[in-house]
Amino acid sequence: MTAVPPLDLVPVWTVLLAFTVAYYVLFDGFDLGVGVLYGFAPRADWRPLIMLSILPVWDGNETWLVLGGLGLLAAFPLAFAIIIPAVYFPIVVMLLALVFRGVAFEFRFKNPLAQRFWDAGFSIGSAIATLAQGVVLGTFIQGFHVNGRQFAGSSLDWASPFAALTAVSLVFGYGLLGAGWLIIKTGGELQTWSRRAARVCLAGVVLAIAAVSIWTPLLDQRIAHRWFSLPNLFWLLPIPVLTAVVAISIWLALGRDSEFWPFLGGILLFLLSFLGIAVSLWPFVVPYHYTLWQAAADESAQVFLLIGTLLLIPIILVYTAWSYWVFRGKVRADLAG
Amino acid sequence: MALDPLLLSRLQWAWVIAWHILLPAFTVGLAAYIAVLEGLHLITGREAYARISAFWTKIFAVSFAMGVVSGIVMPFQFGTNWSRFTDATANIISPMMAYEGFLAFALEASFLGILLFGRPLVPRWAHFFAALMVSLGTLFSSFWILATNSWMQTPGGYTIINGRFFPTDWLAIVFSSSFPYRLLHNDTAFFITTAFVVLGVGAFLVRRGGRRQEEPRLMMRMALNLLIIIVPLQMLLGDLHGRNTLDRQPAKLAAIEGLWQSAGPMPEALFAIPDQAAHKNTHEIDVPHLGSLILTHSLNGRVRGLEEWPSDQWPPVWPVFFAFRIMVGIALLMLAVVVIGWILRLRGDLYDSVWFLRLCQWFAPAGFVAVLMGWTTTEVGRQPWTVYGLFRTADSVTPSLTGSDVLASLLMYVAVYLIMYPAGVAYMAAIVRRGLQPAEDDVGEIGAGHPRAPITEISSRSAAGAPQPFGGPSA
Repeated sequence: MTAVPPLDLVPVWTVLLAFTVAYYVLFDGFDLGVGVLYGFAPRADWRPLIMLSILPVWDGNETWLVLGGLGLLAAFPLAFAIIIPAVYFPIVVMLLALVFRGVAFEFRFKNPLAQRFWDAGFSIGSAIATLAQGVVLGTFIQGFHVNGRQFAGSSLDWASPFAALTAVSLVFGYGLLGAGWLIIKTGGELQTWSRRAARVCLAGVVLAIAAVSIWTPLLDQRIAHRWFSLPNLFWLLPIPVLTAVVAISIWLALGRDSEFWPFLGGILLFLLSFLGIAVSLWPFVVPYHYTLWQAAADESAQVFLLIGTLLLIPIILVYTAWSYWVFRGKVRADLAG
Repeated sequence: MALDPLLLSRLQWAWVIAWHILLPAFTVGLAAYIAVLEGLHLITGREAYARISAFWTKIFAVSFAMGVVSGIVMPFQFGTNWSRFTDATANIISPMMAYEGFLAFALEASFLGILLFGRPLVPRWAHFFAALMVSLGTLFSSFWILATNSWMQTPGGYTIINGRFFPTDWLAIVFSSSFPYRLLHNDTAFFITTAFVVLGVGAFLVRRGGRRQEEPRLMMRMALNLLIIIVPLQMLLGDLHGRNTLDRQPAKLAAIEGLWQSAGPMPEALFAIPDQAAHKNTHEIDVPHLGSLILTHSLNGRVRGLEEWPSDQWPPVWPVFFAFRIMVGIALLMLAVVVIGWILRLRGDLYDSVWFLRLCQWFAPAGFVAVLMGWTTTEVGRQPWTVYGLFRTADSVTPSLTGSDVLASLLMYVAVYLIMYPAGVAYMAAIVRRGLQPAEDDVGEIGAGHPRAPITEISSRSAAGAPQPFGGPSA
C-alpha cells in the first residue's frame, strides 16, 4: 500500500519461518521418533519409561507445528493457499494421527483396559504422522501444478515414488533423533537397545540421504545446474562432505560411551539436509512457481505481526529452555510404578 | 446429486469446530476459576480452596490437552478446504490468527507446566501467578479468534484490490463493529458454561455424601454467587449484541426472527416452522408487539424482513431460527435454576434438596448446548457469506477438491473424534467420581501392575518433597 517500502522484511520472515520449521522438525521429530521406537520396544516394562522421557515436552514441541502453519499462512499466504490443498490427504492424516497420539499420552496411563489400544494408537499414530510429513516434504520438493493463485492438480498428486522415498527417509531420520534422545534419557539395557536402534536408523538415514541426493537433481534441470555447475560445485561441496563426516562420527559414538553425540549428530544431519533442500529450491516457496517475495503477505500485515513475534519468540524460547532444564537427567524406573 | 465439495467442506468445518469449541467453552472459564481459587487460597490460607483447585486442575489438564490437539486441526482447515478464502483474506485475518497462536503458546502452554506440576516446587504466589497467566492466555486466545470472526461478520479497515482484501487500518480491523459485543457475549457464555459444570459436579458430590462435604458445598456456593450476576448480565449483553446485529447484519436478524416481510409493530414468534421456499412461517405462535419491544425498545418499532434483500443473500432460515430459540430457552431455564438455588440457599435447604441437586446435575452440560446454538446462530446466520456482504462462501472453497476427497476426509474426522471425545469425557467423569482427595491420598494411587497417571505421577512425587519431578542429574 505504501509507495516505497522502508525495509524488505521478506528475509526476516524467511529466517523466522525456517527457524520455526527446523525447530518443529528437530523437536517434534525426536518425540515422534520416540513414539515410533515405542512400538518396537521388546519389553513391556520399558514402555512407561520411553513415554515418560518425552511426557513433559511433547505438547510444547507439537505446538511449533501450529506456529509453523500459522507462520506460513501469515508471512507467505499464497504458499499456504497452494501447498496445503496439494497435500490435502497427507495433512488430514497427519493431523488425525497427531490427535490420536496426543490423547494416547493421557489415556494410556489412566485406563488399563484400553491400554493396548492407546499403546498402538501412540506408536502407529507417531509412525503415520511421520510418514505423512515425509510425503509433504517429497511433494514440496517435486513442485505443484498451479493455475494462477491456486493449486490445479488432484488431491492424489502427492502419491509418487519420490514422496514414498522421502516418507520412509523421515521415519529413519526421526527414529535416529528419537533413539539419540533415549540414549540421553535412559540407562542400562534400555540404553543399549536404543544404541542398536540408532545404528539401524543411521544406516537407513545414510541410504535415504544418498538416494534423495541423487534423485532430486534428476527432478528438475535447475536443481542439477545449481549443484553441479562451476563454481557452485566448489562452494557447495562442504555440505555432502560434512554430512558424511557427521554420519561416520555418529556411528563411532554409538560404539563408545558418548551419550550426547548421537543426538546432536542427528540434529546436525537434519540441519545439513535442510540446507541442501534450501539450496536446491531457493528462492522458491512454491516450487517452481512463486518465489518468497511473490508469495509474501502485504507489508502492513508483515509489520503488524512482526512486532509481536519478535517480542514473544524470546519469551517462548526462554521458557522452553527452562522447562528442559527442570526435566533434565535420566528417567527413573522407580517413578514409572 | 453428485457429491458437492462445498457442502461437504462446510459440514467438515462445522464438525471440527463444533467439537473444538466445547473445549475453550470449558477451559476459558475453568482457567479463571482455578486462578480465583489460587488467589483465595493465597489470601485466606483456607486449604479447601487449594483442594478444589487441585481437583479441577486435573480435569483442566485433560480438557486442555484435547483442546490443543483439536485446535491444531483448525488453522489447517483454512488451507485444506478454504484456500480461495485464504488467498483473498490472508493479509487481514492471518496476522490475527498468528497472534492467537503465538500468545496462546507464550502464556498458556508456558505456564501450564507450572500450574500442573509446580505447586510444591514454587512459592504460592508464583503458582497463583502461573494460574493467572494461563487464564489470561485463554482470554487472549478468545480475543484474537473472536476479533477474526468479528471481522468476517462486520468487516472494517480494509480495501479490495483485484478481489483480495488489504489492510488499511489495523485498529478498525481488530475492533470491528460487532467485536466488543461478540467478545463479551461469548466469554460470558464460556464462564456460565463452566459455572454450571462446577455447580453440577458440586451437587453430585454433595448428593453422594462421603466424608468431604466442605469442598463440594463451597463449589456450589461459588458457582451460584457468580451465576446470579452473570446470567442476568448475559441477557443484557445478548440484547446489546442482538441490536448490533439488527444494525450491521439485518438479514441475519430477520432470519433469527423468521421475519419474511418488514413489520412495525413486529410480533415475536415464540414458535414457528419457517418455510423458506414459500417465504412464510407455519404453525406460528406470536406475542404481539414483543419483537419490536425487544429489538427496537419501542412498542411499534419497524424491523426489516428478509424480502428486502434478494433471496440469494439469505441465510438458511430454520437452523438460525431454531438455534436462537434453543439458546434463549436454555438461558431462561438457567436463570430459573439459579434463582431456585438462591431461594433454597437462603432458606438453608440447598444441600438437602435432593431434587434440586439432581436438577443441577442435569444442567451441568446446558452451557455447552447453549454455546453451540449461539455459535450456529451467528455462523449459519452469516451465510451465504464468509466475509459478510463481500465474499461468498461458494467462492471460498479450495478449487482442486472433489466431493469424494472431502467425503473421505470428513469420514476420517468423524471416526477419530467419535473415539477421542467419548474417551476424554469418560476419563474426566472418572476423575469426578473419584472426587476430592487430600494431597496425601494421591501418593498411594498405584494400580496393580500399571503405572500411575502422568499427572498424578509428577504431582505426587513432588508432594513427597523431591526437588525435581524427573530427578536431577544426580538421580
